[in-house]
Amino acid sequence: MIEVKNVYKSFDQKEVLKNISTLFYKGKTNLIIGRSGSGKTVLLKAIVGLHEVDSGEILYDGRDFTRMGQKERKGLRREMGMVFQGGALFDSMTVEENVRFPLDMFSEMSIAEKQKQVDFCLDRVNIKGAHQLYPSEISGGMQKRVAIARAISLNPKYLFCDEPNSGLDPETALLIDDLIHDITLDLDITTIINTHDMNSVMEIGEQILFISEGEMCWTGNKEEILDTENQKLQEFVFANKQYQQVRDEKRRNNPEKI
Amino acid sequence: MKFFFHAGQYFSLLYRVFSKPEKHRMYFTKIFTEIESLGINSVGIVAIISIFMGGIMTLQVAYNMENPIFPTYLVGLGNRDTLILEFSSTIMGLIMAGKIGSNITSEIGSMKVTEQIDSLEIMGVNSAAYLILPKIIAVVCIFPFLFILSVFFGLIGGLIVGPAVGAVTAADYLNGIQYLFVPYYVTYSIIKTLCFGFLIATIPAYFGYFVEGGAFEVGAASTKAVVNTNIMILVFDLILTQLLL
Ligand SMILES: Nc1ncnc2c1ncn2[C@@H]1O[C@H](COP(=O)(O)OP(=O)(O)O)[C@@H](O)[C@H]1O
Ligand SMILES: [Mg+2]
Repeated sequence: MIEVKNVYKSFDQKEVLKNISTLFYKGKTNLIIGRSGSGKTVLLKAIVGLHEVDSGEILYDGRDFTRMGQKERKGLRREMGMVFQGGALFDSMTVEENVRFPLDMFSEMSIAEKQKQVDFCLDRVNIKGAHQLYPSEISGGMQKRVAIARAISLNPKYLFCDEPNSGLDPETALLIDDLIHDITLDLDITTIINTHDMNSVMEIGEQILFISEGEMCWTGNKEEILDTENQKLQEFVFANKQYQQVRDEKRRNNPEKI
Repeated sequence: MKFFFHAGQYFSLLYRVFSKPEKHRMYFTKIFTEIESLGINSVGIVAIISIFMGGIMTLQVAYNMENPIFPTYLVGLGNRDTLILEFSSTIMGLIMAGKIGSNITSEIGSMKVTEQIDSLEIMGVNSAAYLILPKIIAVVCIFPFLFILSVFFGLIGGLIVGPAVGAVTAADYLNGIQYLFVPYYVTYSIIKTLCFGFLIATIPAYFGYFVEGGAFEVGAASTKAVVNTNIMILVFDLILTQLLL
């Protein structure tokens, strides 16, 4: 479980995060949603310490990350895996070398053990026959999957994904969402996902935090989101007309709930 | 004011570069790839430029000494000392700042803007040390060799061009390049190349490491890196010449 308490962050004079407090649960896919520019990436990077927060606490199962020294942080980072928006694979290395890199750096495994783990991770994300290719030689969807494989190679306890399905076609996007959801359940880890995509929200939104202009506006889950009374969230959700129909259908089916 | 900001950030980056690495073996393999990509791949251009410049300098010295008072072996001596003292160290440094420096900035800068550096950090890798230290070691190690190579090819250039256009006989030229040789000049220049090598690896790395934005900003950073490296090379040339000669 990751607990965020009263986090503030500004760049120069611009306040990007304003008093964010929330919980991210273990074994669940926790979503941070909001429009582009609302501060999702900054929040995620603040949680993992790539941005220093101005004030507030970030507790990893009770351990306060913001008060840790460099050495402790490095230790905790071994328990984290992160998938960046563009994949961020090392483009001078092959797919296989990318996944093996964290093992080479931090594990004491033998070569054979490493190879087994690499094969296992790539298999887990359904990458076949691309082990020796370079990131520029594979599709965007594959790059994201390799990035997921790399993020889970050291068996993390916490997985962070920044818009894992942006720039992908709807079908591939859905595959990636399901993959992350399955991995979260399999490994029983705390997963936080940034997204602005309502399809993802309805697919894997087990726990949702909605932020708008750096302020937290709403928390809940995918069952509750369509019935929200929050003005800003309604604008976000029903920007896609399709979800108005979904809501109306739902209300027609259980009229007593309204 | 901006200078002090950059200087401070530059030195704090260097501090991180020289802090303890995670796994030595990973760094060793990286040093060798860097020696190849930054050093070995520069041998060709160093050879070509040096041969041409050695030839041209030989001709110019010869034209300026057409007066029969000067013995013609001075042509060889002039070419040799120019190569050793200034050309093969400083001018080569400026040229290499363009070639190697822009390469380093664009490589590290692209890794920055595509979040590859963040990926390293999140894994718990000291990205500054992992990316920059092998480059510094590679460039500093390879530079004295490039210097010696440049002097060698420069002398060959003179030997080819001088006699070919009749400016000096091969025998006089060969005599000249051995005449009044001061070994300390070589020491002085090698110290300079070590210093320039360090500047050429670190200043462009600094500009790449702190770039924000996208491809456009990486391009702009490369240009800035080369210009600033060139200026620092000249500043250090002045300082070292004053101190050492
Ligand atoms: N390094 C930075 N320096 C200054 N401003 C930043 C920086 N990173 C993000 N911002 C600003 O913070 C706001 C939120 O950005 P971001 O978290 O990337 O949004 P998104 O929700 O699309 O991920 C934006 O207005 C952006 O301009
Ligand atoms: Mg973002």
